Amino acid sequence: MGRYALQRLLGVIPLLFVVSVVVFMFIHLIPGDPARLIAGKEATLEEINGIREQLGLNNPLWQQYIDYMGRLFHGDLGNSIRSGLPVSDMLATRVMPTIWLTLFSMGWAVIMGVFIGIISAINRNKWPDHVGMITAISGISIPGFWLGLVLIQIFSVELGWFPTGGVDSWSSYVLPSLTLGAGIMSMLARFSRTSMLESMREDYIRTGRAKGLHEFIVVGRHALRNSLIQVVTVAGLQFGFLLGGSVMVETVFSIPGMGRMLVDSIAFRDYTVIQALLLLFATEFILINLLVDLLYGVLNPKIRFDSK
Amino acid sequence: MNKLLEVEGLKTEFKRAGGNVMAVAGLDFHINSGEVLGLVGESGCGKSVTSLSIMRLLKGTPGQNAGGHVKFEGKDLLRLSENEMRKVRGKELAMIFQEPMTSLNPVLRIGKQIEEPIRLHLGFNKAKAREHAVHMLQLVGIPRASEVMNDYPHQLSGGMRQRVMIAMAMSCHPKLLIADEPTTALDVTIQAQILDLMKRLKEERSMGMLLITHDLGVVAEMCDRVVVMYAGRVVEEAPVKELFANPQHPYTQGLIRSVPKLRQKVKRLESIPGNVPDLSHMPQGCKFAPRCAHVMPECMTTEPELLAVGGEGRKSRCWLTQQSEQKGGSAV
Ligand SMILES: Nc1ncnc2c1ncn2[C@@H]1O[C@H](COP(=O)(O)OP(=O)(O)OP(=O)(O)O)[C@@H](O)[C@H]1O
Ligand SMILES: [Mg+2]
Repeated sequence: MGRYALQRLLGVIPLLFVVSVVVFMFIHLIPGDPARLIAGKEATLEEINGIREQLGLNNPLWQQYIDYMGRLFHGDLGNSIRSGLPVSDMLATRVMPTIWLTLFSMGWAVIMGVFIGIISAINRNKWPDHVGMITAISGISIPGFWLGLVLIQIFSVELGWFPTGGVDSWSSYVLPSLTLGAGIMSMLARFSRTSMLESMREDYIRTGRAKGLHEFIVVGRHALRNSLIQVVTVAGLQFGFLLGGSVMVETVFSIPGMGRMLVDSIAFRDYTVIQALLLLFATEFILINLLVDLLYGVLNPKIRFDSK
Repeated sequence: MNKLLEVEGLKTEFKRAGGNVMAVAGLDFHINSGEVLGLVGESGCGKSVTSLSIMRLLKGTPGQNAGGHVKFEGKDLLRLSENEMRKVRGKELAMIFQEPMTSLNPVLRIGKQIEEPIRLHLGFNKAKAREHAVHMLQLVGIPRASEVMNDYPHQLSGGMRQRVMIAMAMSCHPKLLIADEPTTALDVTIQAQILDLMKRLKEERSMGMLLITHDLGVVAEMCDRVVVMYAGRVVEEAPVKELFANPQHPYTQGLIRSVPKLRQKVKRLESIPGNVPDLSHMPQGCKFAPRCAHVMPECMTTEPELLAVGGEGRKSRCWLTQQSEQKGGSAV
């Protein structure tokens, strides 16, 4: 396991490097002069030259990259073109709402999805299976923004149980997390059902029953452990889509998170902010995948031991 | 001798799209305590389905019991509740399977898997169960038993895994062990070792055994009595020596003839001409008639019964042997 973990960790380094290069190049790939873009439309030639000097845009590209990385390591993400404020300061309040939103969404989606999957699998073709799978199919086919609006209409406007938006209290996260997690919950429900049905057909299940184990143990200990290995992998991959979905959900529920920030910064062509957010999203994606790989190793003894 | 297991008229059917098929069609045999009964027959004749029906392990397949009795020490297993049956499985009635590579759970340690039935049936605590599990592993000849406890199945060879399966099955001192082709998937040398082990354990513990195989060499070496199955039925039953010396049923004769000389290994017994009949298109009379060299007109219309013929403890389901018996003549 140690070696496997080390391999995964080392594998992340080149990825992070590629991401940093791509994100760094982002500013240079936009048509036009970066200094002019950053300085704004009304800037004088002098001001533009000043900025060019200040940002080191006259240096060779590799030198600029090294400077960029140096600043990154000091937490300096540059200044917003629009407001002139340091991007890192602007991000400070924006990170947590998105992280909470993703975690809550993922949390309920995984628990609920696996639960429905198991219940459906052990009651295959009976009514709990049908109910579960209808739920799952609805979750996949309903568009997220529409679900969000419907939830707001019912639970905020009519029943008044939850706020319509913002992040003033924990209850503000309920409807957004439901909206964001619905698709993944459905996906996981269907996937864990298939995977459980597969595990239940394995020979070791018959062995478990032949030992006199209770069906509850046969399912919960023997079949589930094997299915979870696959479910974890798929759930991890879905995390990437959550990051994308958060942009939509944060807009619908006016949550001041990174997704909203991305939408706003694109609208105002605030390139330094966009650049910083791209870096954050990409890094987050890579780290989550790393985590999934490690978890996969923990769950699967073949990996843990074969790579001694 | 008292009877440990009595199977009477056991029927198992499979649900199929075009109507149910009978994979086990009225099986009768018994096992005395401490005895090894061999169950032989070609592939697809219903040996595994028989063993699963006795253990009531058809759950998850389209198969279901369709009648008969399975009396274990007098009590009918088919009438027990699922709860009561669980107390029998793994404790008094244990089973090992043909596929040692897949019969153990790949994500649980060997120790954990052996301890499961021990804790469940013997009520041992964690430490005592572990001790007992190590003892069982030593008993089946696994070196470094306490280290193997922490291994995962994929770290062991097929032979070692089958030993683990045997250790697990024997851990609660079952009175009857059902072994469904326990050595078929193993190398020849490992096969011999496993058979020796099973023989030794059986004698030490005076346990009954139902040994399912299609290898007549294994039968000759291991069994006291033999039941020959064809198309879900018993066609012949005999003590092992008599069976080989003087097989009554033409099917048994074919089986014995098809064993290659010089103890070459056979995977499938296929040298009897023709094929096992399709479950959904069973011949009307004797199920073996279409392949039988001695077929007579009545064989095609009426199925013979399983009747005592040819000596002490012998039965055969064949018009020819039954007729020659009546005439006082010798069997075919
Ligand atoms: N899960 C199942 N679903 C449908 N039919 C089955 C199933 N299992 C067994 N059968 C049918 O029951 C019959 C007997 O099968 P069984 O596995 O008992 O044969 P066997 O004697 O054990 O053969 P082998 O020597 O190949 O193990 C076969 O014709 C098979 O088609
Ligand atoms: Mg079989």
